[in-house]
Amino acid sequence: MAVLIDEQTRLVVQGLTGREGTFHAQAAAEYGTPVVAGVTPGKGGTTHQGWPVFDTVREAVAVTDANTSVIFVPPAVAADAIIEAADAGIRVVVCITEGIPVADMVTVLGKIRGTTTRLVGPNCPGILSAGKGKVGIIPGHIAQEGRVGIVSKSGTLTYEAMHQLTMRGLGQTTCVGIGGDPLIGTTFVDILRLFESDAATEAVVLIGEIGGSAEEEAALYIKEGFSKPVIGFIAGQTAPPGRRMGHAGAIVAGGKGTADEKMAALKDAGVVVVKSPAEIGQAVAAALGVA
Amino acid sequence: MKIHEYQAKTLLAKAGLPVPKGEVAFKASEARSIAERFGGRVVVKAQIHAGGRGKGGGVQVVDGAEAAEQTAEKMLGMNLVTAQTDSTGQVVRQLLVEEAVEITAEYYFGIVIDRERARPVVMASSAGGMEIEQVAADTPELICKQVIDTPHGLFDFQARSLAYEIGLSGAVARQAAEVMVASQRLFVDIDASLLEINPLVVTKSGDVLILDAKMSLDDNALYRHMDLAALRDVSEEDALEVEASKYDLNYIRLDGNIGCMVNGAGLAMATMDIIKLAGGNPANFLDVGGGANTDQIRNAFRIVLADTNVKAVLINIFGGILRCDVLASGVIDAVKELDVDIPVVIRMEGTNVEDGKSILRGSGLNFTTVLTMDEAASAVVALAADSK
Repeated sequence: MAVLIDEQTRLVVQGLTGREGTFHAQAAAEYGTPVVAGVTPGKGGTTHQGWPVFDTVREAVAVTDANTSVIFVPPAVAADAIIEAADAGIRVVVCITEGIPVADMVTVLGKIRGTTTRLVGPNCPGILSAGKGKVGIIPGHIAQEGRVGIVSKSGTLTYEAMHQLTMRGLGQTTCVGIGGDPLIGTTFVDILRLFESDAATEAVVLIGEIGGSAEEEAALYIKEGFSKPVIGFIAGQTAPPGRRMGHAGAIVAGGKGTADEKMAALKDAGVVVVKSPAEIGQAVAAALGVA
Repeated sequence: MKIHEYQAKTLLAKAGLPVPKGEVAFKASEARSIAERFGGRVVVKAQIHAGGRGKGGGVQVVDGAEAAEQTAEKMLGMNLVTAQTDSTGQVVRQLLVEEAVEITAEYYFGIVIDRERARPVVMASSAGGMEIEQVAADTPELICKQVIDTPHGLFDFQARSLAYEIGLSGAVARQAAEVMVASQRLFVDIDASLLEINPLVVTKSGDVLILDAKMSLDDNALYRHMDLAALRDVSEEDALEVEASKYDLNYIRLDGNIGCMVNGAGLAMATMDIIKLAGGNPANFLDVGGGANTDQIRNAFRIVLADTNVKAVLINIFGGILRCDVLASGVIDAVKELDVDIPVVIRMEGTNVEDGKSILRGSGLNFTTVLTMDEAASAVVALAADSK
């Protein structure tokens, strides 16, 4: 079992013919993901690295039955790409693009609210279901089919956690990078809900960072009766207030959004909160009784 | 991107919003001639990007042109220390000289993007002229909010409700509501990420006026506002941060002595955290990005070392797309080119890590290579302490 990406996934790559799109489509295919099409407006009817290219997502869906999309287009056109995918009925849209204007994301989230489309990101590394497929830029070789779900605002910290779980032989079910922007399509709570009903996921690693209140909301949800052990880490414990730490959303504003508040909320919900990301693997092993 | 009060007020005035008569002065003599033209009492306001200027002595009401020039003389070039600057303060390079107005009441009006609702939210309060964070903590009931429905924007009835809720009535309430609606329209038009009018005042003559304005623009949207991009004042930013931004490097200068070079914002923050946990102090936050090349690595290294407080460097890389062998070559080039004579601790993991390690070993340079992040932190903290 896995969440979001599984045996049913049929992937269309928006921006396939660009450098990033090409590189990561190949990596996804090598990992075993069924990549079925690319979309680049103006290049419809051609093929790229063996994949058919369409002008619109709608055509790609009609011809190839694509149900999942990954977006590698520049920030100025990314909002339009997300809405186009949703309009074509894509089930899971993963947007890797960093630097989308906030106002565009207000429009996007308003537009897809109430539809059946799930947007993951933007400004995220994407999703990898170990042994099944990957949509985005998470390196496949550090994954191993296993028992633990990961949900994270940070790309490289996701890789760190995956690596530690692989080294300990615990492996992963699905790893989801939800992104570091202030406005994102999928929250910690959304992914925790999916992990709750995924039988293969025995424990969850939750990696948050300063800014916003998504971690506090996750804590509330976990407290209400999430049934699996959660191991948490919050990045930015020593970040100076008022400064944006790389990610557009990583800022402590007006004394709110601090790591301390988030760690306290998670601890209160029964989450094992580690102070160093190096301790994640060990803490998961302990929670699963294999330490 | 933060902009100055005088720039924000220019944008507001262009949008038809009521701001006091004022002009910017870069020299004391300019302050004098502005005051002469206005006549009577003027307010001289230091223009820096940090708030809390009044308490730090950066806002002075003076009588006449002579006094305006003297005050400007004192303010220009001074290091203004406020609750929002560091302890050395921010150098004052320009002043806003405004006609003084007599006010009868102060209010707060602000627009922010609410992350959880994914919509802009406008806020108004009768507690004007105070830090809104403090009001939110002490008397949250004094903050009235309206969520904005996109794409329409703030409806007139919402603005009127806010005006009534903060205690305004009659013609003044109507004027205030108009200010709110027009401000929100401007906020959208220029892709602002924050607007605070604090205080929004009612003058003795019964007019609504924007006495102070703080505005930030969305960096990611500047490509569609090239005219606004020119409002960036790099002298308000750290020189190394400006330099780093030229190479698409995310660098923030801090006050410790351990330089950090990391890929990924989350890992970069976590690296600062583990250095503190190990008893040290990071000199910077630096995210070289997921797809850094050798050139970027070299520039990143140069910028980290340009901070003379740095006594040791920790490189912490998880190679995903950025391969460890590329990183290792970049670091070796940089160390040779820059004649680095302080300890460098390298922890890397991920794609092509064995190649990366053998490149480092073969370089003949004196790196400390470690396996885990915790080891890396203790090693670099010890080395930084030794080299003091």
